[in-house]
Amino acid sequence: MRLLEGEGVTKYFGGLAAVFEVDFHVDQGEVFGLIGPNGAGKTTLFNLISAALKPRSGIIKFKDKIITGLKPHQICRLGVARTFQTVKIFANMSVLDNVILGSLFGAATHISSADAKRQATALLEFVGLTVLKSALAKDLTLANQKRLEVAGALATQPELLLLDEIMAGLNPTEVIQAMELVARIKDKGITVIMIEHVMKAIMNVCDRIMVLHHGSKIAEGTPQQIANSQKVIEVYLGERAHAGS
Amino acid sequence: MEFTQTVSKKPFELGLSLLILILLATLPLYASEYVVVLLTGIFMYIIITLSWTMFSGPTGYISLAPAAFFGIGVYTSALLGLVLPLPAVIVIGGLAGFCLALLVGALTLRLRGIYFVMFTFGLVELLLHFILWWEVNITGTTGRVVPSVPNRMVYYILLGIFVVLMFTTYLIRNSKFGIALQSIGEFEEAAAHRGINVNALKTIVFAVSALFMAAAGAIMATRWTYIDPKIAFNPLISFMPVLMAIFGGIRYLYGPIIGAAFFAYVEEFLITRFPYHYMLIFGIIMVVAILYMPDGLVGLIQKLWKRTSGETDAVT
Repeated sequence: MRLLEGEGVTKYFGGLAAVFEVDFHVDQGEVFGLIGPNGAGKTTLFNLISAALKPRSGIIKFKDKIITGLKPHQICRLGVARTFQTVKIFANMSVLDNVILGSLFGAATHISSADAKRQATALLEFVGLTVLKSALAKDLTLANQKRLEVAGALATQPELLLLDEIMAGLNPTEVIQAMELVARIKDKGITVIMIEHVMKAIMNVCDRIMVLHHGSKIAEGTPQQIANSQKVIEVYLGERAHAGS
Repeated sequence: MEFTQTVSKKPFELGLSLLILILLATLPLYASEYVVVLLTGIFMYIIITLSWTMFSGPTGYISLAPAAFFGIGVYTSALLGLVLPLPAVIVIGGLAGFCLALLVGALTLRLRGIYFVMFTFGLVELLLHFILWWEVNITGTTGRVVPSVPNRMVYYILLGIFVVLMFTTYLIRNSKFGIALQSIGEFEEAAAHRGINVNALKTIVFAVSALFMAAAGAIMATRWTYIDPKIAFNPLISFMPVLMAIFGGIRYLYGPIIGAAFFAYVEEFLITRFPYHYMLIFGIIMVVAILYMPDGLVGLIQKLWKRTSGETDAVT
């Protein structure tokens, strides 16, 4: 079943097409990877889905319902949660309060504050931050802040979770932990779209991958298909290989 | 400030609050007229500061509009004071402030930082000059007479407004909207993506805070008996709550109250003792406070308290 669908999604910044006529769909229960060179429009696409930005044209459907034109908090309550490329947590609030906030406001149904606390505590356990629950969010390491942001997003009880580079800036051990976390989120039955530059993670975790370049979709398929696509190698992997040599 | 740790201190706080309330309520029975009038002035500042902090404290939106809402209350009193009973005048004054803030908030709470500050201050000037123009060109008056009310009555009404305000502030702080407002101050964009209708919440709390400022204006007008737009929309009313809240400790429930009470008393003290140097001394106190007490008076007291009781900050 198609959980999320975009048709002709387009966004301009001035004269520049950040996202241009992109058609895509995400099936229920899969981990969908979004890759592309810097400036390809990946985060812009996330912003369009989560309503941080309005598309110039095109429509986005969530569970067959058109969601373009809704406000960010409405998208969240429908069941689409997100994290940000640069961590956006509530720095001077406790780790637990950061998560409770999502439980209290993000879910479609009303929840008592006791239940919200219980739920938040369970989610901190899930991401492995239980011992730090009373600490202020700003005192956490980057890896823990990213986990906290994921827990906060999960607290809104999403069916679809958008993860924007949760592995950027992490060391190899932390990357492996983050990959495991994504796999466990998938096991919960939550559909995931992830933007990532860490190729190993993308290739291992994703069921399908879409490649953006200059705002347009240039390829879509299984990790195997993407890895073997000549076009992708040219614009993206090749460019990286070249840059690395 | 922790949402999850508000339960433990409740009985003690409630008992102490009740005791203070009883003291304040019985005070006019044995205190002199001077003390009652002095406390009336202090209460006015406490109400404005506390209601200012209700919105601007957690969200970080520095509003310089208190004088606008206060002035609306003053003018309501001037227009309706002769026609309607006092309680009705105060309620209508409060509602006028509420409605104005709702309108202004819906239009301007998208502005951030310095733009919001400037707009809110502009609102004070706009209303001042609009009413001045109206009075001169349409009604042909420059000032208005407000029916005077006994000092003790003014005191009790301000005490009543204060109690309702305190209760409202407490409820908001301890409800889910308390941490929602704080999250808006921390990272508004992220708060919206966690399911908070940020614009609606900001506008409503802004309006609720304006209600109390306007109600205070409506009753304070009776103390002056004669008012004109320059008295009603005095910019000082906009700046004082900011200074008082910062001085007392913006992050704490009692911070703005203590800040306002201290400031108002010091002002009174300095004006009578050092009429020529009082603004200078006032300024020095303010500079020292901001430099050495970033968390205000209450923050400083808590820090000293922690140090003497041997507690350390257990932050990892």
